[in-house]
Amino acid sequence: MSLDVELIRKDFPILERKVGDGKALVYLDSAASSQKPRQVIDAMSDYYALHHSNVHRGVHALAEEATALYEGARDKVAAFINAPDRNEVIFTKNSSEALNLVASVLGWAGEPYGLGPGDRVVITQMEHHSNIVPWQLTTQRSGAELAWLKLTDDGRLDLSDLDELINENTKVVAVVHVSNILGTLNPLDVIVRRAHDVGAIVVVDASQSAPHIPLDVQALGADFVAFTGHKMLGPTGIGVLWGRAELLNELPPFLGGGEMVGTVDMEGSTYAPIPHKYEAGTMPIAEAVGLGAAVDYLTALGMANVAEHEHEIVSYALERLQSVEGLRIIGPQTPEAHGAAISFTLEVAGLGEIHPHDVGQVLDEQGIAVRVGQHCARPVCVRYGIPATTRASFSVYTTKAEIDALVEGLEYVKRFFGA
Amino acid sequence: MKLDSMYQEIILDHYRNPHHKGLRDAYGAEVHHINPTCGDEVTLRVHLTDPQRGEDALVRDVSYESAGCSISQASASVMSDLVIGKSVAEALKVGDAFLELMQSKGEAEGDEDVLEDAVAFAGVSKFPARVKCALLSWMAFKDAAAQALATTTKETEQ
Ligand SMILES: Cc1ncc(COP(=O)(O)O)c(C=O)c1O
Repeated sequence: MSLDVELIRKDFPILERKVGDGKALVYLDSAASSQKPRQVIDAMSDYYALHHSNVHRGVHALAEEATALYEGARDKVAAFINAPDRNEVIFTKNSSEALNLVASVLGWAGEPYGLGPGDRVVITQMEHHSNIVPWQLTTQRSGAELAWLKLTDDGRLDLSDLDELINENTKVVAVVHVSNILGTLNPLDVIVRRAHDVGAIVVVDASQSAPHIPLDVQALGADFVAFTGHKMLGPTGIGVLWGRAELLNELPPFLGGGEMVGTVDMEGSTYAPIPHKYEAGTMPIAEAVGLGAAVDYLTALGMANVAEHEHEIVSYALERLQSVEGLRIIGPQTPEAHGAAISFTLEVAGLGEIHPHDVGQVLDEQGIAVRVGQHCARPVCVRYGIPATTRASFSVYTTKAEIDALVEGLEYVKRFFGA
Repeated sequence: MKLDSMYQEIILDHYRNPHHKGLRDAYGAEVHHINPTCGDEVTLRVHLTDPQRGEDALVRDVSYESAGCSISQASASVMSDLVIGKSVAEALKVGDAFLELMQSKGEAEGDEDVLEDAVAFAGVSKFPARVKCALLSWMAFKDAAAQALATTTKETEQ
């Protein structure tokens, strides 16, 4: 069933506003952060207006309501990703914290999970910095080795040396599901199979897939999956780490504090069962409630329908963008296995490449919001020999008319800077 | 239009036809500066006459290789026009005036007697995300000039 985008747009108050000198907003930066439907905004303001209290620690009515809302959000997220057990859903601040959590506790763990000299962690060259730096930190501290899968010229993972890279010493394979800069949807099945053959733990960064395609952690077969609320119509300040219960039970805690403990003595402490073991201190309760509302919203639309709509938009955008003279797409040129983001560079005759900063600035003047820069994926820019890219990215509310506006905007950019 | 206040014709001219670009062999110090938020990069060389005179030394040449947006490219071009032929002290004073202009959030116009073509960047100061682009080559110059002086001081001390 296709989405009724005009109806959907009415749910997003921000899409009605004007920018600059009265231009209609064309928001093509959902990969950086999506906009929020009224349902999410209302859920959060209702929470604060009517139900707020701290959770898990009072006997009064509000404490019970707040706890039910917070834990209800966990149930919604668990259903959204088809988690076998709701206690496997850990709330974090964002994807970055979720990935740091996994990388840290795997670094600190004892046998058989812990990292040490002689062990290897494999990532890829297309990771977001949030799935690179935590692994650099943990391998540097533990003495393990960091290796990575490289990229092909057309923006996909080069799997030709998969079996050599993911070798018997490999303990962790951390890979992005959909690249935020290239838009590539990675063939996780092949990678998971090889990783599990050698007994490695698989960590998936699903920041750019959870908002756009059905995410079924059981079908995926990974051991940890991280995603972030603000990219999937939810608020900032809330993210999710899903992990297999047997691993979460055995690995050491991440942050220490209130609520993550069993009993505390001056000499030492015992830890709460999951998920609370990994949720130290007062959590972002309103944000969890907002994420629950976002998940409800996406579920009501149907993730298969969301994926179908965005595939149509991406196909259209690839075709239209490729018709712009001087535009070069960085990443897969075809809509197969393509997420909801497209990066490109733009050249104008006689001048050479127009820097993405300038492209973005002139598009902004026309009300068109894109992201420019390295998108927290500098190694990708280095790989393709470019300083930065301009990226257009899409969501449930994106229309073909907005793609047309982008294409016209780019023609204007070329005229503006052309000699 | 707001955009025109940033992209002044003078800026676009320097962007399309940058002055002093390309690295030249005679130099006292070379630095590499980057603007990590957008990936602008500049490699810049400073060549001083009589560096033992300290800040009275003359900036004989500035050469650079750079990649980045129109603002950072134009700024490198304007900067090198301004500092070549001045003493280090004078050049740094112009740099300070430019920094002040960039931090003015669109409030200042800049003194054309001091800043010459660089007053065209006044509009850029209204765009916080672009101020760093305009300052990149100035920061590189300041760093390179200090290094060129420091190396000589060390040499003369020896
Ligand atoms: C692929 C990917 N991973 C991780 C992140 C980090 O998300 P957050 O900044 O919410 O932690 C992002 C978002 O920028 C992303 O696109």
